[in-house]
Amino acid sequence: MSDEGLRGPGPNERILPEGRRNDQGIRIDPEAEAEHPPERTLLSALVKNEPGVLAEASGLFSRRQFNIESLTVGRTIDPELSRMTIVIEEPRPGIDQAKKQLEKLIPVVSVRELDADAVQRELVIVKVNGEEPDKVNAITQMYDGETLDAGPRTITVELTGDEQKIDDAIDAYEQFGIRELVRTGYAALARGEAPTARVKQPNKAPTESQVATQEVSDD
Amino acid sequence: MSERASVPKEDEADAEAEPAEDETTDEQPAQTGADAVATALENAGVEYLFGVQGGAIMPVYDALYEHDEMTHITMAHEQGAVHAADAYGIVSGEPGVCMATSGPGATNLVTGIADANMDSDPLIALTGQVPTDLVGNDAFQETDTIGVTQPITKHNIFAQSPDEVGTDVGHAWALANEGRQGPTLVDLPKDVTQTETDVKPGKPETPDTYNPPTEADEVVVEEAAKTLADADRPVILAGGGVIKGEAVDELRQFAREYEIPVVQTMPGTGAFPDDDPLSLEIAGMHGTGYGNLAISNCDVLLGIGTRFDDRLTGGIDSFAPDADVIHVDIDPAEISKNVYADYPLLGDAKAVIRQLDDALERAPDCGDWRDQCDEWKDEYPMDYQTPEDEPLKPQYVVEKYDELTPDDTIVTAGVGQHQMWAWQYWTWKHPRTWVTSHGLGTMGYAVPSAIGAKLAAPDQEVVAFDGDGSFLMTAQELSVAVRENLDITIVVLNNEAVGMVRQWQDGFYEGRRMASEYPWIPQFDKLAEAFGAQGLRLEDYDSVEETIQEARDYDGPSVIDAIIDPSENVYPMVPSGGDNARFALKEDHLEEL
Ligand SMILES: Cc1ncc(C[n+]2csc(CCOP(=O)(O)OP(=O)(O)O)c2C)c(N)n1
Repeated sequence: MSDEGLRGPGPNERILPEGRRNDQGIRIDPEAEAEHPPERTLLSALVKNEPGVLAEASGLFSRRQFNIESLTVGRTIDPELSRMTIVIEEPRPGIDQAKKQLEKLIPVVSVRELDADAVQRELVIVKVNGEEPDKVNAITQMYDGETLDAGPRTITVELTGDEQKIDDAIDAYEQFGIRELVRTGYAALARGEAPTARVKQPNKAPTESQVATQEVSDD
Repeated sequence: MSERASVPKEDEADAEAEPAEDETTDEQPAQTGADAVATALENAGVEYLFGVQGGAIMPVYDALYEHDEMTHITMAHEQGAVHAADAYGIVSGEPGVCMATSGPGATNLVTGIADANMDSDPLIALTGQVPTDLVGNDAFQETDTIGVTQPITKHNIFAQSPDEVGTDVGHAWALANEGRQGPTLVDLPKDVTQTETDVKPGKPETPDTYNPPTEADEVVVEEAAKTLADADRPVILAGGGVIKGEAVDELRQFAREYEIPVVQTMPGTGAFPDDDPLSLEIAGMHGTGYGNLAISNCDVLLGIGTRFDDRLTGGIDSFAPDADVIHVDIDPAEISKNVYADYPLLGDAKAVIRQLDDALERAPDCGDWRDQCDEWKDEYPMDYQTPEDEPLKPQYVVEKYDELTPDDTIVTAGVGQHQMWAWQYWTWKHPRTWVTSHGLGTMGYAVPSAIGAKLAAPDQEVVAFDGDGSFLMTAQELSVAVRENLDITIVVLNNEAVGMVRQWQDGFYEGRRMASEYPWIPQFDKLAEAFGAQGLRLEDYDSVEETIQEARDYDGPSVIDAIIDPSENVYPMVPSGGDNARFALKEDHLEEL
């Protein structure tokens, strides 16, 4: 308590540090200053088959404004577990954050980022106008597709493949007039011997991304 | 405080006891899902439950009738129940438990659950739900409580079967408590709690997918220790995790051994004693000038159990811009979320501080830096003016109260200017004595949290600093304090305004005081009397001590309606998103910023 109140030099008279951080909280030096461009990333998560897991995961992504491209989920050979494949497009810090936030959900057993060479497939069902069945059929064969339904007015085909192939096929079908289409989003597994996601052992050991977080990274 | 706060059950039980004794029943009474819930709580060692009755939760209340070891505190509003339980958890360190019925009961808990989530407070909410076969049909008093609370709980569980509900509650308790603490919720459909089960719940356990880290990676610890030893201008930033992780002793010893200055975040307040020469007290928007200058100018920042909230950091670009950041946290997702961590040390704060201590070969050579910090302390003391001819200054009331009470007095607060004055002008010495709504900034927190705090620590004094606006939001909980005869004092720093809003309007909206002035508020001393509490009015400097003493001497809840200078504002202040080194000490500084 005093008669003068707060004192000391005003804001403009203080010596201020010169350094700065970017909006990701990284100190700006010539090396780190570069903005992280968004990357397309495949995440694979093993989750317990509990009601609400999907809502929890998707709610997490929308709440934290992660840019999600596709999310699929289905059973595994273990009846207690499902596998989620998530494609997100985010700068590197966003991808790391997404992984860590996902891993925090209690029903999530494991989260893994897949390499670009992962085996990845999407299924699409396309319904086109049926006036030129032969031509439609030729394109379907060209893209290793299968005709699911053919009538006088519409032909419905199924295709699987990576993004590029599906986009190309859709372009090709465009000439007949696409009436409707549905894409499932990606399913993916790590290539070769690498496991897509390891089940955490209930031994209180740090999880994969926890360990990754502890490594001093120079990037 | 009354022991039998729960239900007026003794009398009734006595009346009914006799005929029951005559019956020679070999048969154990059937156990229901609700009994399993109660047993699971008992197994967890729960002492108090805070809640409000209702249709869908009635089976659980009925089961509690048989559980004398737990005391249920009936609150006036579910928001009161959740804040009381939250404060109970903060002060005791163990999850507080609140309960509510389905629909409106559950939604009334939402604010408090969100509050606990932001502050990582250990809390369990048990909510009634309509019977499973009505779920999804917009039944009477149905709300998708799981859906509503998913984003604001650490985990929530929809109980599906009476055989599993005991485990569900055990999971909820353990998850609320372990790792980074936080709120959990179990939604209890009425049929699940009413149906019989012979499964007896055991001790609470976390699900096996939950593996919080314990010790940090040795290699990173070594690197971090080296960086710290080489620092010229190191600062420790102690967050709420230091207190939650019971690492207060380790932190104090570490800082003193290596003579590193310590700043605290708002939730970390009390982790390090304000009167220690190394203490730079508090940082952030209304932190001390010296605390903020130290962070802005440091070259190594050791942040422990802090999530680098924006009220702490100000604009990220200017936060500790020259510093290598060593970040200790138990939650991997906090690492590099807001501020990039050069040395992430994932683990339990207590264990990691010990690891760092083992790895640190020498103290950093930073005598000059400590001198610099002391200079800033002299230059920018926390201070205010007290002209005799002006109305009472709120800071003076806080300082006097602090002077008159023991060091371990627990202070709760609402949200606004009064909260900041309480934070700034109290001399913090002990952890778990500063109980407020940090992250969510929930007005109305002070009174119910004082109730929860007092029940958690009946031997400690409890004072709630409240604003007139905040007090009006949960004043009805005074009825509970009176019923339970809780010896607490509520000091309403009454400026007839939602003062913090008015301060911003004056500073940043050209003084257009839209909806921030409350000239129609009741006389709070009279209001207190209507509830059966002691009501006191305080208007001038001369009667400050005497009024405080009167409140403290009274055995039961008192309310001091302290009429303060309505023009007093909170300084220092960093405008939101600003540079913490450029704090305003008074009105005209704002123009410079
Ligand atoms: C539930 C809620 N509603 C609105 C706000 C926005 N708000 C923040 S501070 C404040 C003013 C609080 O006024 P009062 O309790 O009288 O305290 P004072 O600032 O006057 O000390 C308001 C309205 C809030 N934090 N919480």
